[in-house]
Amino acid sequence: MLVVENLVVRYGPITAVRGVSIEVGAGETVALLGPNGAGKTSIVSAVIGLVPSTGRVSFDGRDVSNLSPEERVRAAMTVVPEGRRVFANLTVAENLRLGGFVRRRERDQDGERDRYLAMFPVLRERLDQLAGTLSGGEQQMLAIARAMMSKPRLLILDEPSLGLAPRIVARIFEHIVELKKSGITIVLVEQNMMQALAVADRAYVLSTGTIRHAGPAAELRADPRLADLAIGGH
Amino acid sequence: MDYAIQQIVNALAFGSEYALLALGLALVFSIMGLVNFAHGEIIAVAGYSVFFAVALGLQSVLGAVTIAIVMGIVTALVFERVAFRPVRYAPTTTGLLTAFGVSIVVQNMLTLFVSPKARAVPVLGPLNQTFFIGPYAVSSLQLLELAVTIVAIVALVLFLNRSLLGLAIRAAARDFSTVRLMGVKANRVIATGFALSGFLAGVVSVFILARRGSVEPDFGSAPVIKAFVACVLGGFGSLAGAAVGGMVLGFLDVAILVALPQKFGGLRDALTYFLVGVVLFWRPQGLLGRTVELGDKEV
Repeated sequence: MLVVENLVVRYGPITAVRGVSIEVGAGETVALLGPNGAGKTSIVSAVIGLVPSTGRVSFDGRDVSNLSPEERVRAAMTVVPEGRRVFANLTVAENLRLGGFVRRRERDQDGERDRYLAMFPVLRERLDQLAGTLSGGEQQMLAIARAMMSKPRLLILDEPSLGLAPRIVARIFEHIVELKKSGITIVLVEQNMMQALAVADRAYVLSTGTIRHAGPAAELRADPRLADLAIGGH
Repeated sequence: MDYAIQQIVNALAFGSEYALLALGLALVFSIMGLVNFAHGEIIAVAGYSVFFAVALGLQSVLGAVTIAIVMGIVTALVFERVAFRPVRYAPTTTGLLTAFGVSIVVQNMLTLFVSPKARAVPVLGPLNQTFFIGPYAVSSLQLLELAVTIVAIVALVLFLNRSLLGLAIRAAARDFSTVRLMGVKANRVIATGFALSGFLAGVVSVFILARRGSVEPDFGSAPVIKAFVACVLGGFGSLAGAAVGGMVLGFLDVAILVALPQKFGGLRDALTYFLVGVVLFWRPQGLLGRTVELGDKEV
């Protein structure tokens, strides 16, 4: 479903991603793992078109490399960005409404919203509350629900556990499993390697902008080299 | 008492005009982070469009108002497409310099190709009639300014709060790149912001034309300085702040004019800006602006 070939991302003289190639099949959950500075978020930003890159990104057999971020979202790709990035000055309900922007002409917007409010009941209680006043965990739930409002076929989650308490992280991962069961294709970008590998089917392990290891999640979990990467980053 | 009521009406009219001007600046600033000093030239082009239409035989007030507003919107959209879009992702100073550049180019073009002198545009005169409510002499233009400002602010608030595009504009004011991740076209959000700003500039152009009865190349530049000050006073980036800042500035202007002896009337602007400075000393973020400190949780 998603094919990334020889992706290179540069910020001025710094090369953040060096010729990365990734494949994600339909219905798969694939983890992109690595320590800080590995280039994970740069890959996500390039895949959705927010930063310039070279290489090729294909989605559903279509080359989307030259499409703008909004066109890629219209093509049914979506990202839950790092740090949640909910619209703090809008209410929960307004955030969800904006999440469904690309489906605004479809009739069943309310049905879609109810589906995710059922998944995240705490959001239903806070519909009229400003998103900026939610806790970190609630903001993460809102960011996921907002992304799902566009009815994506590919959901990219960028560091969903970032800055959250372990108990909340566990709940977020339960929701990711729930989404996985619904059949959506997921790319899960995480520093929290073991937790991500418990959810993913396959994984790529990155360091300093290149892929160091790749393979089925179960195999990687047993690989002792991963612990070194998580600590040392090289 | 009569005199006081008269001056309050004056202040409300001045304040309304400043509020409309400031809202135009604040809208673009909140979306793009651009202080559009070429906003004054949008007002000027709208004014000159009426001048040309009159030269071609236009005599209808409604026609003149329509032309000013339509040309305000068109000019704002042209400025965005030609001048500001190419520097959208450049540093803030580049955008600011571009705005000054557009302003200077347009003013010089009007000076060279039309005239450096004021040109009469009497067609909107009927909007500015004096009539009496009981003992009070009231200008129809002043009432119109107040009414239009109220309607424009209410319409703007409804648009920004109720429509999906309005929500996108409010969200873009906080986080432009994440709005794009919702599938909202960046160009559409920005163009809508400029179009709204151009609409407000067109309305202001009508009011200034109706009061002065003439148009000149720097027709819009002095009002834009006032608008900028109103935005700073209200809290830059806040639309409500722009409206409140405009009103407060209008009241300050009139109060100082009333308080000063006639021979010191020329000091009005200096004193107004001094008082604005005092307010900013007390609230550096402006009257309705947010104080943001490093490490603040975003609210």
